[in-house]
Amino acid sequence: MKKYKWLVPTLYIIFLMLPIYWLINMSFKTTTEIINTYSLWPQKFTTENYVKIFTDSTWYMGYINSITYTVFNTVISVAAALPAAYAFSRYKFLGDKHLFFWLLTNRMAPPAVFALPFFQFYSSVNLFDTHIAVALSHCLFNIPLAVWILEGFMSAVPKELDETAYVDGYSFGRFFFKIFVPTIAAGIGITMFFCFMFSWVELLLAKTLTATAAKPIAATMTRTASTSGYELGLLAAAGTLTIIPGAIVIYFVKNYIAKGFAMGRV
Amino acid sequence: MNKTINQKAWYFVIPVFVLVAFNAAIPLMTVVNYSFQETFGNNVFAWEGTRWFKQILLSERFHASLGRQFAFTFIILLIQIPLGIAIALTMPKKGWGVPVCLILMSMPLLIPWNVVGAMWNIFALPDIGFLGHSLNAMGFDYNFTQQPGDAWFTTILMDVWHWTSLVVLLSYAGLNSIQPAYYQAAEIDGASRWATFRYIELPKMKKVLTLAILLRFMDSFMIYTEPFVLTGGGPGNTTAFLSIDLVKMALGQFDLGPAAAMSLIYFFIVLLVCWVFYNLMMKNEAKS
Repeated sequence: MKKYKWLVPTLYIIFLMLPIYWLINMSFKTTTEIINTYSLWPQKFTTENYVKIFTDSTWYMGYINSITYTVFNTVISVAAALPAAYAFSRYKFLGDKHLFFWLLTNRMAPPAVFALPFFQFYSSVNLFDTHIAVALSHCLFNIPLAVWILEGFMSAVPKELDETAYVDGYSFGRFFFKIFVPTIAAGIGITMFFCFMFSWVELLLAKTLTATAAKPIAATMTRTASTSGYELGLLAAAGTLTIIPGAIVIYFVKNYIAKGFAMGRV
Repeated sequence: MNKTINQKAWYFVIPVFVLVAFNAAIPLMTVVNYSFQETFGNNVFAWEGTRWFKQILLSERFHASLGRQFAFTFIILLIQIPLGIAIALTMPKKGWGVPVCLILMSMPLLIPWNVVGAMWNIFALPDIGFLGHSLNAMGFDYNFTQQPGDAWFTTILMDVWHWTSLVVLLSYAGLNSIQPAYYQAAEIDGASRWATFRYIELPKMKKVLTLAILLRFMDSFMIYTEPFVLTGGGPGNTTAFLSIDLVKMALGQFDLGPAAAMSLIYFFIVLLVCWVFYNLMMKNEAKS
């Protein structure tokens, strides 16, 4: 039995790769070929779909928009969550437990519930269709997540570290940035990974809060699907390209992923 | 860790508090506002009391989508949790296989949700998709855009594809935290494979598994984009889960009152289940 153990993960990975392969396969076909013939690989290999995406600004701006608000959101979430997570891991204060659970409830809030009020709210403060609006709205679920993960990492650092630093005459600010932040660098990396991930894959809020100027790539795709008939090849190429940023991020944090989960906090 | 009491810690929490309150409390108040009133446009409102809540709670449409939602969440938990554990148990523990498995398995987690839907749409189309074509070639009458059973099968398969890796990663991390001494002890005692799993591995994974179930419950209960792109809630309403139904009501039909009442009931159900899980988890954490 032990000999065939590798079969389970192998079969699982094949199952995971099949739809991705099919998407890539489609992205190198022309739309006529997709509709008229069924083939396991492109008969007439074409890069026309990709050329179109890289030359048409409505397409490539979608990627730039998505990456812009995702990066904004990651920076805001981690910057705000760092001091808060420190407070939760080190101090007791009035209402701390309730506040922590209240934060988590926002991770549990269905975005569909918030879509309409968000639209009205961000329109009324003139932030509609800006990158910052999407970045701020994604804070709804990313800040609680960031606080949760960071708190896990910070609690694993013994308090003696803080105390020794103060004895050595460090001010709080110097201690925090010179000693504490480097100590939990892995944790910050994991947190950024998850913030990036959840902001990158979310569409409902991003789509509701944008029209043209900050429109995410994912929304550009849905519109193509509905207006210009089914340009499946183009859609497949755009989809394939959305996988790449995620793949790059995974490559960089691969050693931390399992460790980050091991903190028991996601 | 013994924490010191320090009320000034609130200053550290203020940025988070303000950002989240700005995002959660204000919009939530809007929803509460709508749920008790009738809107006539131009900011004209009339008090309706609990009418919308009664209407939603008694409506067959809500019962149906709630039922579908529970069925869906229950089925995917039933598949993903055992499957995730099984894969984590058989994954290599060291060597080149580890990063390969981790990278390839994490891939579905980082694909935008509508791309997941679109990808599965292309993959499952009966005429040009690999899955649809193969199933039909094998003699199954498969068409997920027409037959409710096939639509459910495809939606569930898609979710298993999308999220099982999360359970795998969590279980794998849990397994890795078990010291080799436990396994050696089990070997000396002549424990069977099953006994090792039941009495060593499973208890050690309890914490991460609770978390996995919690996360999968929350996210599957909120699922919107993937089935929306894949089936659009169809055929008919057979795969219209709670969020899809809610968005249809709020943005499609602009029935703001009932939609707001439904949002609150929906949110309340998620909160209730998560609160129970959260307490369970904290209890576990306090014990260990």
